[in-house]
Parts: sequence; structure tokens; C-alpha cells
Amino acid sequence: MADLTTLIDAPVLRPKRIWLETLRKSLTYRRTQIGLAITIMILLVALLGPLLSPYEPSAFIGRPFAQPSAEFWLGTDVRGRDVLSRVLNGGLAVVWMSVAAATVGIVLGASIGMLAAYSRGWFAELLMRTMDVFLALPSVIMVLMFVSLLGPQQWLIVLLVGISHMPQVARVMQGVASDIARRDFILFAEALNVPRWKILFREILPNIMTPLMVEYGIRIVWSIAGIAALSVMGYGIQPPDADWGLLINENRGRLATRPLPVLAPALLIALFALGVNLMAEGLSATISGVARKTGAR
Amino acid sequence: MLLRTIALRLLLGIATVLAVTLVIFAATNVIPGDAARAILGRAATPEAVAQLQAEMGLDRPLAVQYLSWLGGLMHLDFGQSLVTRGPVSDLIEPRFRNSILLLCVTAAVAIPLSVVLGVAMALGKGRAFDNVLNTILIALAGIPEFIVGIVLIVLLSTQVFQILPPTSMVPSGDSVLGHPEIMVLPVMTLVIAILPYLARLVRSALIDALASEYVVTARLKGIPERQVIIRHALRNSLLPAIQGTALSLGYILGGAVVVEFIFQYPGMGTALRDAVGSRDLLVIQSIVLIFASGYVLFNLAADILSIVVTPRLRD
Repeated sequence: MADLTTLIDAPVLRPKRIWLETLRKSLTYRRTQIGLAITIMILLVALLGPLLSPYEPSAFIGRPFAQPSAEFWLGTDVRGRDVLSRVLNGGLAVVWMSVAAATVGIVLGASIGMLAAYSRGWFAELLMRTMDVFLALPSVIMVLMFVSLLGPQQWLIVLLVGISHMPQVARVMQGVASDIARRDFILFAEALNVPRWKILFREILPNIMTPLMVEYGIRIVWSIAGIAALSVMGYGIQPPDADWGLLINENRGRLATRPLPVLAPALLIALFALGVNLMAEGLSATISGVARKTGAR
Repeated sequence: MLLRTIALRLLLGIATVLAVTLVIFAATNVIPGDAARAILGRAATPEAVAQLQAEMGLDRPLAVQYLSWLGGLMHLDFGQSLVTRGPVSDLIEPRFRNSILLLCVTAAVAIPLSVVLGVAMALGKGRAFDNVLNTILIALAGIPEFIVGIVLIVLLSTQVFQILPPTSMVPSGDSVLGHPEIMVLPVMTLVIAILPYLARLVRSALIDALASEYVVTARLKGIPERQVIIRHALRNSLLPAIQGTALSLGYILGGAVVVEFIFQYPGMGTALRDAVGSRDLLVIQSIVLIFASGYVLFNLAADILSIVVTPRLRD
């Protein structure tokens, strides 16, 4: 039996190396490089920003909507707080929340997708039809509905946005995993009575890692948009905390004359989403190899 | 055969909408803190809560409440708004019309534009035009729609040019149709939100179709290139484009909420946000249900259209 187990493990080793290899290869694409650079920059701003902040982010220190000056580099906001300090302190929430929400969505969605692909039959049908129902519930709207009932807690927003990703991820992953589930090495493992959970996690999962990572990137991008949108509408991070979306909400009334307190956080949110999206694009181009052939980089 | 397939999809669509009503109802009833408590706040006395519960019919068994809500929905009776005390449908109807208008205009601009750009990119694959446009679209694809809206406001109605109104508010009672200029920025924002996805979808579908065997065969038969592209390649790349359009329109339904908010456009998105603000549960439920039904409807239409244009999907 020991010999047979080694045989079963053999195909597992190869795909594992393949997805690491794909990651490395994707770094040769210019869009991945630019995306990575932008993302690292935003992460630095979000993580180290609070240390560099010149003032307390929620301290009222000047008159409202002061022009940028040597004292307040980006001017002051609607309540006379330093915009630069609020921007430097306002990235952490959207960064951790969008990554966490995407993780929730990927774990739930990939599990269901893999399970449906591997089990097929009525159970798979039931799983995917349930996903269709979830898919029909528009994410921002569902999140708004629950947040209005339960209050704008951060963990709740993360969970809800994560669940809203679940059906899409499940669909994509079911498609990818269905292909794998019919391959010979799966049938081989089944014939040897390898436990089903082992087949799912050690045979199927390693083989869908690259599309899963692309999907993870896409889900982070959508999470950023959704979570920031909630804050922009006043249902995300609550005052007096600093948050990029909330800054837009607080200062949009004077967008016409004082655009900086809105544009600065908007730019950072856009860059974060852009950076992660470029990385996902690079990775997906690496998988298909299409971009190289057509000359687009 | 064709009719049976369509009927089956229709049934599945109806089942999905029914399941959605169950989810919405469960969401607002099973989670801690019912509607009455949500309206009155935590400090409310138990008597006040009980009285409001009775008034709203919340003291009835859940199954009865659900069936009476569902029964009302069947003849478009969405119930009473807690805030205006009038029928929910009166409150939603004008907003619904405005949102549909926004959606239709967006679709009317975005779909032809995506097809034209996608076809142009596919035919000029690898040339400068394709590369530049593809790069721009990839960059735009990741940017949240409300930021596009903010940038457009700054560019076109405040800082740089002042040619368009920055907000879409209309005097109450006025139709949006009487003020077409207020629609320009929201439509532009939504078009920019879905264009990258749709145009790139058309591009890759057409590239795939052009490389396929039947196109090669058609060329070998000596059919003029123009006709090969239009009759053979383009027609077969319609399928992913139709599915993608349904997805995009469904996405607009959700994404429009924040875009409507940014521009204060008098649609369902702002109605939902207001209802959430005042915890007007029946209005929230109704709007969520309308959005969900819209989504199911788009997908149903896309499925049926796909079957009609692709003979091999008919069995």
C-alpha cells in the first residue's frame, strides 16, 4: 500500500510546482510588475501611515476647509481636521476588510464549487441552484439591508461582502474543477479508495490553484469597491474614525470648491483597486498565454 | 423542443425569485432585533414594541406574515411604508421609472460602443490601437464606479469645465425626462464602469471566432473577408457577448446604488439608501426584491436569446 500512496502523491507534486512557477512567470509581465509596485505602495501608506501622521486624525485643529499650507499640507476637512492625517490613518480599515472579505468569499465559494464539481448528481445541482439564488441578490444592496438591521459593525460588513462573493466564486471554481474531476488521476485515486476529502484537497485543489488566485485578486478588487462604497454612503466605518471612503462622504459637499479632501482618498482607493487588478490581469494572462502571443503586455 | 427549453428556464427563473423572497423575508425576520425594535431603538419599552408589532402585523405567525406579503406582491401590493404611511408602490414607482431610464440609456450607449470597440480591437489585434486601448480598458476595469463619478464631476462640472450639472436632483414631481442634462454624468459613469469588461469580452470572443475552423473554411471557400467577419465570426462571438451583457446589466443594478448616491439621482438606489436611513423595512424589502427580479430577468433573457441565436444549444 505504501508504494501505491507514493504513486497517488506523484501527480500532486507537479501541479504544486506549476502554480508557483506560474506566479513567478507572471512577474515577467509589465502589468504584474506595475500592479505589484502600486499595491506595495498603497499597503505601505495604509500600514505605516498612522506612524507618519503629523496630527491626531480626529483632532479639530483648524478652521473648516482651509486651503493647503505649510501647516496642513492637504488643507483641513469639513470639521477642521488635518486631511493628510486623516488620509494617512484611513487606509488600514479598507485594506484589511477587503482582503478579509475576499478571503471569506474564496474559502466559501471554492469549497462549494469544488464539492459541486466532484459530487455532481442532485447534490451538485442543489448546491449550484442555491448559488443562483444568492447570485440574484445584488451584493451592495444585500449588505445595505443587513447593515441597516444589525448596525455597521466591521466584522459584519466583512462577512456579508464575503458571502456576496461566494456564488460567483463557486460558479467559476465549479467550472474549473469539473474539468479536473474527470481526469484519469482522480479516477485512479478513487479506484484506490483514497478518502474523498483527501481527493478534494490533495488532488483537485492543487490543480485549480492558479485560477483560484486570479479569482482571489478579482474578489479583492470587488471588495475594495463594495466596502469603500458603503463608507461613501455612510454605512461603513463610522465617524470620528478616519477612513478613505468616509472622508469622501464627509467632504463631498464642497467638492466644487475644495476637491482635495475628496480626491486624495479617492485616488488612494482607485490605486489600491488598480494595483490588485493589474496583478490579477497579469496572472490570468500568464495562464492563458494569450497576451504574449498577441503582443499585449 | 425550443419552447420546452425556454419554458424550463422560465420555471427555474420563477423558482429563483420565489427563493429570493424567502431569503429576504427570512433576513428581515429571523435575525435578532425585529422591525419594530429596529424602528423604536433599544431604549423602547416592551409595551411600545408590542404595540407597534401588532400594528405592523408582526405578532402573527411567521408563515402567515410571509404568505400575506407574498400574496400582496402577486398583485403588486408592496405594503405600507413605515415613514410615509402610504403604499410602498407610490414611493417606489417614480424612482423605478427613473432607474429603468438610467439603465436603458446606459445600455443603449454601452452595448453598441463595446461592440464597435471590441470588433475594432480584435481586427487590429496586436497593433498600436489595440494595445493602447486594451491597456486603458484594463486600467479602468479595476477602478470603483463611484470614483469614476467623482473624477467626472471634478473634470466636467466643477474644477476644469463647468458644462454639466454636478448633481442630478430634480424638483420633486418633475420627471427626469424633462431634464436630460442631469443624466449625462451618471450615464457616463455607468458606461465607463461596464465598458472595459464588455469591450474586452467582445474582443476576445471575436479573436477566438476568427481563429476557428469554420472561419478558416469560409475563407478557403473564397467568401469575401467582410462577409466572413460579419456573417460567420461576429455571429458566433455573439454568445459570450449576450451573456456578458446580462451580467453587466445585473451589475449596473447593484452598482447604480452608489452612483445614484454620488449624483443624488432620484432612482431606486437613493430610495433604498433613504429607506435604510429611516429603517423603512417594507421599502427595503421591496427594492431588494425588484433588483433581484431584474437580475433574474436579465439572465433569463440572455439564456433565451443565446438559445435563439445558437441552434446547437436547442437540445
